[in-house]
Amino acid sequence: MKPRFFRFWMAQVALAPAWLIVIFAYIGTILWTIQISFTSSKVFPVSNYVGFSQYTRLFGSERWIISVQNLAIFGVIFIIGCLVLGFLLAVFLDQRIRAESMFRTIFLYPYALSFIVTGLVWQWTLNPTLGIQQTVRNWGWESFTFDWLSRGDRAIYVIALAGMWQASGLVMAILLAGLRGVDSELWKAAKVDGIPTWRVYVHIVIPILAPMFATATVLLATAVVKVYDLVVALTNGGPGISTEVPAKFVIEYLFQRQNLGLATAASTVMMITVLCVLAPWLYVQYFRQPRSAH
Amino acid sequence: MASLTASAPVEPSGPRPKRIGPGRYGVYAFLIISALFFLIPLYVMIVTSLKPMDEIRLGNLFALPGSPSFDAWIKAWSQACTGLNCNGIHVGMLNSVKILVPSVLLSIAVGSVTGYALSFWRPKGANVLFGVLLLGAFIPYQVFLYPLVRILSMVSLYNSIPGVVFVHTIFGLPLMTLLFRNFYAGIPIDLFKAARVDGGGFWAIFLRLMLPLSTPIIVVAAILQITGIWNDFLFGLIFAGRENFPMTVQLNNVVNSSFGEKEYNVNMAATILTALVPLFVYFVSGRWFVRGIASGAVKG
Repeated sequence: MKPRFFRFWMAQVALAPAWLIVIFAYIGTILWTIQISFTSSKVFPVSNYVGFSQYTRLFGSERWIISVQNLAIFGVIFIIGCLVLGFLLAVFLDQRIRAESMFRTIFLYPYALSFIVTGLVWQWTLNPTLGIQQTVRNWGWESFTFDWLSRGDRAIYVIALAGMWQASGLVMAILLAGLRGVDSELWKAAKVDGIPTWRVYVHIVIPILAPMFATATVLLATAVVKVYDLVVALTNGGPGISTEVPAKFVIEYLFQRQNLGLATAASTVMMITVLCVLAPWLYVQYFRQPRSAH
Repeated sequence: MASLTASAPVEPSGPRPKRIGPGRYGVYAFLIISALFFLIPLYVMIVTSLKPMDEIRLGNLFALPGSPSFDAWIKAWSQACTGLNCNGIHVGMLNSVKILVPSVLLSIAVGSVTGYALSFWRPKGANVLFGVLLLGAFIPYQVFLYPLVRILSMVSLYNSIPGVVFVHTIFGLPLMTLLFRNFYAGIPIDLFKAARVDGGGFWAIFLRLMLPLSTPIIVVAAILQITGIWNDFLFGLIFAGRENFPMTVQLNNVVNSSFGEKEYNVNMAATILTALVPLFVYFVSGRWFVRGIASGAVKG
């Protein structure tokens, strides 16, 4: 028998575009980015190696530290918020209610919208001069104040809220599919034993849904690291630099502030963080068990 | 494949309600309040776009327009300004269509062939390729951007529509490959073996046997790619060039560029116009949309 490579040469030809993309557009660009991060490049890449000094400068930069803190705040609130709201929505939708598909459509439609649209809508709705704050004051509650968008210490929470509005429906859809897979005998058994519904959810249903929670969390976490357009549309990093995020930091230092060395160091840090978090999950998900099909 | 069947909601399985009691009202109250939370921004967007500026300045966000007019929509479509250009948002819409159509077709073509080859033929190195592709799906785009800009300018594709199409194909590949690979993993291997025995080659089996079976997954892939690429901001901003900015980039420039008084009604009309395509896809595709989003990160 001929070796596998020759037997399947047409399959190799068909995979050529994918190989080229992986080798040049993924691996090649990553290596290039890492290489630049060890040089003193400004506007153009130069090969003057400076060791880790770009990384030292990065973590000495207030803007970067604020970006990282914001990403942590946004990430925690966004992920937990989406999971909790999405789970509640799924559970309440699963109570044999009327007009279920209408509610489902309403909860999920924001997920079809772009972060730009999401950001602009919330920017307008929550703007302190003509938005909800002024509207409620016009209704007679003169002292009502909701000006988080113009407050440096609060604006990041508004971004998390807008993100939750956009993505909770995703969690709802994934968990609802999971709930529909729960054996209906379970409910009969629980009823016979007189176990309160909430305890069944907490002790039996949530553990059954664990894989769905994991999937949802991974999808949300990917969105967290990539968050860029939502911030650009909603606050553009402001007030001041109070809502800067790492993705925006990199883009700005790459294309506006012309500091390639610092920008590539920042993106390398982002990548390594993601890989550290992701590697165990990917391994378990795709490579540990042999595939049963073929 | 499991994801495709599991994500289609069937009968509700929750506890069967006893009777219409306070608990039932609680369920509906929660659902209705949540629905309001999700609908309010859409409502605000629509009513604002139909009001004249005088009415907007009164600061009654939720009030219905006194005399609804589509003036703001017309202005957003044909006269809204980005910087010194006042040609309206329709320029961006045309660009978005020019980017969208080839990107969707190309990424599905490459993804389906790759998924097919990985699933049935599994030549040497297939696992490595798939592993790297998967990792690529999660790595922040910022790592790839600068070298890609350099590579594309070397071949004079930077700041051009073919350039953005290329970038969308590159970064759509992991998800597209995953979708098709998982789908083909659910097709009985005996079918493939029978076709091999009958002398079917790589392309014959793909074009005459597998592709006709693939309609459901092609629909899912198209939905994901159409909404994803239409909603893209980053790649359009960096790779398309000023002349070819897609609608999302133009919209952000219209709203967040500070020249003169902000026309909130025009801004909101432009925002709705930008959201129309994905909303249309969402409402028409219904459950297919749910299938798509759930299959992105599910075990294959």
